[in-house]
Amino acid sequence: MELPDLDKLQADLLQTIENAPDLDALEAARVAALGRKGQLTQSMKSLGGLAPDDRKQAGQALNQAKERITQAIEARRTVLDAAALEEKLLTEAIDVTLPAAPRPDGRIHPVSQTMDECIAIFGEMGFTVAEGPDIEDDFHNFTALNIAEEHPARQMMDTFYLPERADGSRMVLRTHTSPVQIRTMKSQEPPIRIIAPGRTYRCDYDATHTPMFHQIEALVVDEVTHLGHLKGCIIDFLRAFFDIPDLPVRFRPSHFPFTEPSMEVDIGCSRKGAELHIGAGDDWLEIMGSGMVHPKVLEHGGIDPARYQGFAFGLGIDRIAMLKYGIPDLRTFFEADLRWLKHYGFVPLAVPSMTSGL
Amino acid sequence: MKFTLSWLKDYLETDASLDDIVATLTHIGLEVDTVDDPGAKLKAFTVAEVIRAEQHPNADRLRVCEVETGKGRVQVVCGAPNARSGMKAVFAPSGEYIPGIDLTLKAAKIRGVDSKGMLLSEREVGISDEHEGIIELPADSPVGEPFAQVSGLDDPVIDIELTPNRPDCTGIRGIARDLAAAGLGTLKPFTDGEAVPGSFDSPRRWAIANDGNACHYVVGRYFRDVRNGPSPDWMQRRLRAVGLRPISALVDITNYVTMALGRPLHVFDAKKLDGAELTMRYARDGEEILALDGKTYRLGPTMTVIADPKGVHGIGGIMGGELTGCTETTTDVFLECALFDADSVARTGRTLNLLSDARYRFERGVDPLSADWGADVAARLIQQLCGGEASHPVNAGKMPDGTDTVSLRPNRVRALGGVDVPVDRQIGILEALGFTVTKRNGQSLQFKTPTWRPDLHGEADLVEEIVRIYGIDKVEPVSLDRATALPTPAINLAQRRASQVRRALAAQGLNEAVTWSFMAGQQADLFGGVPESLRLANPISADLDTMRPSVLPNLIAAAGRNADRGSGDAGLFELGPQYRDDTPTGQDRVAAGVRSGASPVHWADKTRPVDTYQAKADALAGLAAAGTPVDKLQTTADAPRWYHPGRSGVLRLGPNVLAHFGEIHPSILRSYSLRGPVVAFEIMLDNVPQPKSKATARPGLELSPYQAVHRDFAFVVPGPVTSDDIVRAAKTADKALISGVTVFDVYAGKGIEDGKKSVAITVTLQPTETTLTDAQIDAVGKKVVAAVERRTDGVLRG
Repeated sequence: MELPDLDKLQADLLQTIENAPDLDALEAARVAALGRKGQLTQSMKSLGGLAPDDRKQAGQALNQAKERITQAIEARRTVLDAAALEEKLLTEAIDVTLPAAPRPDGRIHPVSQTMDECIAIFGEMGFTVAEGPDIEDDFHNFTALNIAEEHPARQMMDTFYLPERADGSRMVLRTHTSPVQIRTMKSQEPPIRIIAPGRTYRCDYDATHTPMFHQIEALVVDEVTHLGHLKGCIIDFLRAFFDIPDLPVRFRPSHFPFTEPSMEVDIGCSRKGAELHIGAGDDWLEIMGSGMVHPKVLEHGGIDPARYQGFAFGLGIDRIAMLKYGIPDLRTFFEADLRWLKHYGFVPLAVPSMTSGL
Repeated sequence: MKFTLSWLKDYLETDASLDDIVATLTHIGLEVDTVDDPGAKLKAFTVAEVIRAEQHPNADRLRVCEVETGKGRVQVVCGAPNARSGMKAVFAPSGEYIPGIDLTLKAAKIRGVDSKGMLLSEREVGISDEHEGIIELPADSPVGEPFAQVSGLDDPVIDIELTPNRPDCTGIRGIARDLAAAGLGTLKPFTDGEAVPGSFDSPRRWAIANDGNACHYVVGRYFRDVRNGPSPDWMQRRLRAVGLRPISALVDITNYVTMALGRPLHVFDAKKLDGAELTMRYARDGEEILALDGKTYRLGPTMTVIADPKGVHGIGGIMGGELTGCTETTTDVFLECALFDADSVARTGRTLNLLSDARYRFERGVDPLSADWGADVAARLIQQLCGGEASHPVNAGKMPDGTDTVSLRPNRVRALGGVDVPVDRQIGILEALGFTVTKRNGQSLQFKTPTWRPDLHGEADLVEEIVRIYGIDKVEPVSLDRATALPTPAINLAQRRASQVRRALAAQGLNEAVTWSFMAGQQADLFGGVPESLRLANPISADLDTMRPSVLPNLIAAAGRNADRGSGDAGLFELGPQYRDDTPTGQDRVAAGVRSGASPVHWADKTRPVDTYQAKADALAGLAAAGTPVDKLQTTADAPRWYHPGRSGVLRLGPNVLAHFGEIHPSILRSYSLRGPVVAFEIMLDNVPQPKSKATARPGLELSPYQAVHRDFAFVVPGPVTSDDIVRAAKTADKALISGVTVFDVYAGKGIEDGKKSVAITVTLQPTETTLTDAQIDAVGKKVVAAVERRTDGVLRG
């Protein structure tokens, strides 16, 4: 028997496979070529009738053809499978513009964030965080800080008082975080390097004052720290906090009963109408009070002023938060308005650090 | 403290510019608040001469004036009745703004006649309400010169914010002294205080009662045959510039001396006083005085007054009496120049709520020496301005010393102030401020402090004076060295836990709020109440009169406010203090939160109202962040009474309560006008146990290679049985094999007997040694069923 023209057969089959429009047609082509009655199968069967030499040669040729056809079918099947899947997926289309599923999305209050920023900066300078109670006695809030009963400075503070006790004394809501200085000195030996952030209270409520606000106090006591260190520490802090490396910082002599010498600290700014811009400019903005710890305050804290000295300063956390984050009204800090909290708040994972940024 | 530049220059010889003076003031601690240059507002107005004033051809009341301005002649139509040829007037050219009529001048034709400018009245210039006619300047006024300068209205007013430690600068001369010390000129010799001789014995004397009152020393002088008219223009101008209203020469003199020298004075109309003696004494309870401010003050026995036999005529160091004050008709004057105790004046002023220029100075401390020289300064001015004769001085009491002796080791300026100042310069600064060197030995100097500086007592004070005058800007900033090479933690465990709880709660979708530490007392009672010691004596309002016993109420109120604004689905938390008592340990750190409304709207899910289990999840998330071993927590149903009694719980470790959670009691919501439900939690952070060791290593992780098996069971149990009872019972069935039990369904209703419920659990078996056979699994299953049935009085659901 004569074998069909293998080359032609192979070409025809490949053509059919390549043109198979879908999986069914491809399957038909496979059966036509390789099925029990398929053309190649039939040819294989007819090999027996050939002379041994011819048989070997023809067999090899047939096997090669079979191999090629099989590969072609697989290749075509992959293509057609993919196309079929694609077609099926298109029927599953959804409206991707619909809103995403809600996820928890809470915010951190700017006061907390700002406190954490301060702690990150001062922590880098070797400060640790100290705390004290909001309800203070007269000694810690005033007397120990060298604020005499009749001193005008004491009268200027609008102090909240708790009821008079049987012995005539009255507890107060601390008017500043400075009492923590005294508590720290009484409980700790120098060298001391602490900051004390916390709630403070003054009996005042208007556009720029709230009856409760936040301060951060710093205290350094050792044998060598002088006014130059105070300036360096404050300049380093302010420039890091506002992230303005060339922020101008000005020190002005002033007066606080608990420090001597005392200084007010201003930072550079410029104003355009109501807009305030922190940084080098033509104006100054008062930002904090500072000074070398008064010898009497050291004494009240149980520290020998003949041997030890140091500095202290305090600044308003709400105020520096307002300046840094452009929050216009102090009173809004305490209203717990969700719209405000969402707008000015911080995502919880944004933990301030000096290595990852503030 | 306000003063004018020319007034300052009465005491300071200087050619420094205004800008230099202002900068130096701030530089040395006399912070300049404002500088007002009235000349700047008047700079467009110049002196002009009216060459010719003729009747306007078309208007009876107008005149056409030819005006020489110094820059050429201009025709001006003027309606003032006093406009006339030859007068000197104030001229504004076209194009200038006229403040008094709020108008910018334009060249115009007035009734057909050109007018290119304006001759001005005082009202138009903006210096008074006078509008009878145009300003008529003295005939010798130089044409073309600025009006402000010619009329002495160009004196800049400087306002400084004075710190309470500087009584010396409550007088302008004290400010001049500081500026001179800072190198801005020379302090002129003080000639005003030289003695003014008297010509007769005063018919009135001073006495100080021996009752411990606040007057240390008082000087008086009697003036007879004086005329008390208006004070001269120069004095009135200066008083007005610093915000004082001129009254009469005698009164103006006392105010002038107060401002110029920080020396308060008082003048009595001597003829209105009774008896020969005027006495400083404590007031008697209930005595009253009509003071110079027109108000009547009721006095008390701790207040020092000036009295004659008939009554009280002054509140010592604060204000004189109206009835014995000087008027236009006063001819005889008795002067009071006294020294009062600062604290006593402050107390009296505060009790009476009476501020005055005298009190401002006395409560800061008046220079004792000024009691003597102040009387002479006053005598000189009274004689100059009012004529008459002055008596010899009279006095009572004893002048206090007012000085202190302070040592200074010059090397302390470097050690404390951080700047090198040569010793000679140190001494020079202190001497310029009025100190005198009293001793020099080796490394130490001794100084006597000036009588006008009661604020200086120690070495640190002297270092401050030196650094302040030398220049704080000359102190080189030095960055702090850290004791360790690397930073160590800045916060302790409790602070770190608080910080983690804060961020964990925000991660739960709650927004951090900061609310007042105080609240309304009435509502505080709903949250456990507070002892009387936590109710403020002087609250800002009744809403904020009590220290909060819980963080929750302010958050609930905030949720209500947000609901009113349309944000009914609120999630808020606060981490802050709540108060038990007024001791330093009576304050607890609590993290509390509220959720109101429903879950967020989403198209694919139904919204669900907030429920207790969300609050429980919040509490657990917070507790976990605080380091609580949450798997060991027990849940009990005994939350405080501000929670719904059937829908709230307590998370605890034995007796230690770590958190409350649940629905807020509907009656509480009602008191906040809130519609429910609102769920809440409170985490008592201080109660979270401390870890037993600082070890950082975790226990070893043992992973079984054998597959875990899950089996589900449903039990029908009596209603009061808790899921916790069932889970615990199931766990006891085989402690080695059972690694977990979870509730996956709770059902009551159709198919379940009334009063009972079905609770379905999944039990996880975790073999560690070999794969479990069906028989083993069945055996454990039977033990689970037996244990649950025994412990809960329930039955396996068929």
